[in-house]
Amino acid sequence: MQIGVVHESRPAETRVAATPTTVGQLRGLGYEVVVAAGAGLASTFPDEAYAAAGATVGTAAQAWAADVVLAVNAPSAQEIAGLRDGAVLISLLTPALAPELLDALAARPVTALAMDAVPRISRAQSLDVLSSMANIAGYRAVVEAAHTFGRFFTGQVTAAGKVPPAKVLVVGAGVAGLAAIGTASSLGAIVRATDVRPEVAEQIRSLGGEYVAVAPAEQQVSSDGYARETSADHDRRAAQAYAEQAADVDIIITTALIPGRPAPRLITEEMVASMRPGSVVVDMAAAMGGNVAGTVADELVVTSNGVSIIGYTDLPGRLPAQASQLYGTNLVNLMKLLTPGKDGQVVLDLDDVVQRSMTVVHAGEKTWPPPPVPVSAAPPPAPAAQVPVVPAAVPSASRRFIGVGLAAALLFVLTALSPGPLIEHLTVFALAIVIGFYVIGHVHHALHTPLMSVTNAISGIIVVGALLQVGRGDPVVTALASLAVLVASVNVFGGFAVTRRMLGLFTR
Amino acid sequence: MSAESAVRAASIVAALLFILSLAGLSRHETAKAGNVFGMAGMAIALAAIIGLASRSIDGTGLALIALAMVVGAAIGIWRARRVEMTGMPELIAVLHSFVGLAAVLVGWNGYLSVEARAGEQTEVAGSLLGIHSAEVFIGVFIGAVTLTGSVVAFGKLSGRIRSNPLMLPGRTLLNIGALVAFVVLTVLFVVGPNLGLLIAVTVLALALGWHLVASIGGGDMPVVVSMLNSYSGWAAAASGFLLDSDLLIVTGALVGSSGAYLSYIMCRAMNRSFLSVIAGGFGNEGGTAPDRDYGDHREISPEDAAALLLDATSVVITPGYGMAVAQAQYPVAELTRKLRERGVTVRFGIHPVAGRLPGHMNVLLAEAKVPYDVVLEMDEINDDFPDTSVVLVIGANDTVNPAAIDDSGSPIAGMPVLHVWEAEHVIVFKRSMSTGYAGVQNPLFFRDNSSMLFGDAKERVEDILRAL
Repeated sequence: MQIGVVHESRPAETRVAATPTTVGQLRGLGYEVVVAAGAGLASTFPDEAYAAAGATVGTAAQAWAADVVLAVNAPSAQEIAGLRDGAVLISLLTPALAPELLDALAARPVTALAMDAVPRISRAQSLDVLSSMANIAGYRAVVEAAHTFGRFFTGQVTAAGKVPPAKVLVVGAGVAGLAAIGTASSLGAIVRATDVRPEVAEQIRSLGGEYVAVAPAEQQVSSDGYARETSADHDRRAAQAYAEQAADVDIIITTALIPGRPAPRLITEEMVASMRPGSVVVDMAAAMGGNVAGTVADELVVTSNGVSIIGYTDLPGRLPAQASQLYGTNLVNLMKLLTPGKDGQVVLDLDDVVQRSMTVVHAGEKTWPPPPVPVSAAPPPAPAAQVPVVPAAVPSASRRFIGVGLAAALLFVLTALSPGPLIEHLTVFALAIVIGFYVIGHVHHALHTPLMSVTNAISGIIVVGALLQVGRGDPVVTALASLAVLVASVNVFGGFAVTRRMLGLFTR
Repeated sequence: MSAESAVRAASIVAALLFILSLAGLSRHETAKAGNVFGMAGMAIALAAIIGLASRSIDGTGLALIALAMVVGAAIGIWRARRVEMTGMPELIAVLHSFVGLAAVLVGWNGYLSVEARAGEQTEVAGSLLGIHSAEVFIGVFIGAVTLTGSVVAFGKLSGRIRSNPLMLPGRTLLNIGALVAFVVLTVLFVVGPNLGLLIAVTVLALALGWHLVASIGGGDMPVVVSMLNSYSGWAAAASGFLLDSDLLIVTGALVGSSGAYLSYIMCRAMNRSFLSVIAGGFGNEGGTAPDRDYGDHREISPEDAAALLLDATSVVITPGYGMAVAQAQYPVAELTRKLRERGVTVRFGIHPVAGRLPGHMNVLLAEAKVPYDVVLEMDEINDDFPDTSVVLVIGANDTVNPAAIDDSGSPIAGMPVLHVWEAEHVIVFKRSMSTGYAGVQNPLFFRDNSSMLFGDAKERVEDILRAL
């Protein structure tokens, strides 16, 4: 089958659905690839590079008329018309927000797979475009902020004076937020981050950020991998926390998105007004209305108090070569899934949850929305599980005294009733037990095995008993005792020898 | 200085040397000296006793002793030199059974040379005969339990016996019944010693020892082996009472109590009570856990694993019995060396009950020349997992199971485990998706940061080495 890589028609789109590298991989799966002329130019991939990777460079119409069409953005009506019957279109389609687009696609006998409808399960991570794009966007958001911010990120002490480090607040620690945290902290800034899901605190710290709890009372345990809307009480406390942070930090990067809904308004006009002049706000949710009051999508706005609000919605596209490479690799991984035979034939398996979730139009029929897919491997902890395991009951002091007292009394009676020689032995016995206990008390864990083999060798001392029974006249006794000497000797010599051998192995 | 007092003096010196030996064995720096102390103590004790014996027995007896000791020493040293470090648990179990056997034989001899000849013998005064009889009985009982228990443990460890716990109906009642029967038989024997009773108690104890260990699952083997170690000590101590030998009593008690303490450490590491291990039957409870869908697991290729390791700053390897089975310790050591050369911090996290013998993993790693100061205990390393880039779980399962912490309904709930899932990436080396000894599914395999590397652990580690 033929795969067409289209020239993106949307203005200012810099990405392309395949790079020369991924073209090679697609050809490895048995497909022929036709690339529209000039498709990769904005991502710095010239047509010659595609041709060198084995693709045919054709016209835009040829690319759209292929059996499988790979694109970045949703097609226009004209482009949909250019699809051949039975074609498979793979691109970003935002199925939840664009029902009319789905209708337009379903009007044709084609199949459409939405790259932004990949379920968030482990197996599908290699196809997850939203993650790979969010990662780039998070990085770029920090770069944009650093570019606009008139100061260093890192603190320095120079001959020209001391420079304090920049303080960055990242709101929302999803993939984009975590990428932003990592980038900002590697530039040397002090990074704080908030999220409604307390379980991400650990991930924030792992990237060098500091977790700021906005509202500890409400805990969201995510079962589908995304954040949900929050309650009014929670929002009020969060607003207070954001207000405190806004007055303190130099940079705010907001990433809060709720799937299929307008972005929550987290940073109000007052908060922006409380920021120092020269501060920068990057609103990564600008396309969905923005988390920040005053955001204008695709623009940099400077407020009256000198705060820059960046609302670019094409952050991934500002790293075109990188974004194309990751998007292209996601597509290759999808094609691997769709080409089980590696023979250049697409086999769509609608029983597979990943493929089912992504298929929004199948052979001219709308198949959106898919049945829900629970993704969290670990079930949400039941309340019972959060109750700490009750520690083993420690006997109270008085009970302990009673126990020891009883044992002592029992021992006293038993011993007092015993004849003289036995008492002597019991004394030795009791003291040896205590010594044995204390001697072992601090043994290093690595030496358990040698310790065991040496105690084993020592317990071969029973040979002494057998020795004394040999040659006392009775031939049966002598025979049995000799056998005992033999096996006990195996123990003594074998035990010490093997201990010696083991200890010889331990080297620093 | 009479011969008697010389022997007593030698006994005291030997006993002190044994204490020094055990004390020495608790630290790496003094371990070798400890072993030497033990050997010296044993040499002194043997020399003294043989010297004493040579005064009262004839040439044939001495020749027999010499022959038995030479043959025994030859066998012992031969086995000690030849044994694979992975086979160490089996060897130790066998050695325990020898102590048990010797204790049984010594007890029988005690009966044959005293009670059986009650009319003519002069060694034991009439008033002490009852005590002597009881000592014979106790010695034979403990010895026989140790003997069959160790044999079954050996069978399970070497795979000759199925490691599943034997589930006889009313097994606790059986055990208690055997103990009660033992007490009754002892009283009868003290009142009227005869051979029939002695045979009865021997058979009873042999059966009890067999049942005790047969009903314990393979996963509890570290506890069982150290428990048998303890029993063998008590058997020696009982023989000491019988023979009036303080040396035997002291040594037996030392071994007995240290073995018991070691078992206690093991039990604590599994969050199990001592009694529940002895009562047996662990490992079948897992079957009752509800089957739950944990989602999908992800596989990783050795090449990708190698790339992850090269990018890592800190790597922790948590080995389990699977590493021993696959003999993977040498490639693992090689991997450790290569990564350390490239400046990656590599450490080992050892769960207290990893393997089939306490400290088993340490011995294997030492054999492969892994420096012992990078081999850490669970408690030493558990807090470091969040700062770890990659964890390699090699042949371990239950000891890295998050269900022990998250799932209060799990059969292994509350058992301290290695928190490997807190690391950035976890690579699990495993033959298949089957469950561990406890029969519990492991949610670790389905976590987002876990990947599975299926196949023989040794071959897979070698694949990674080639890809580095």
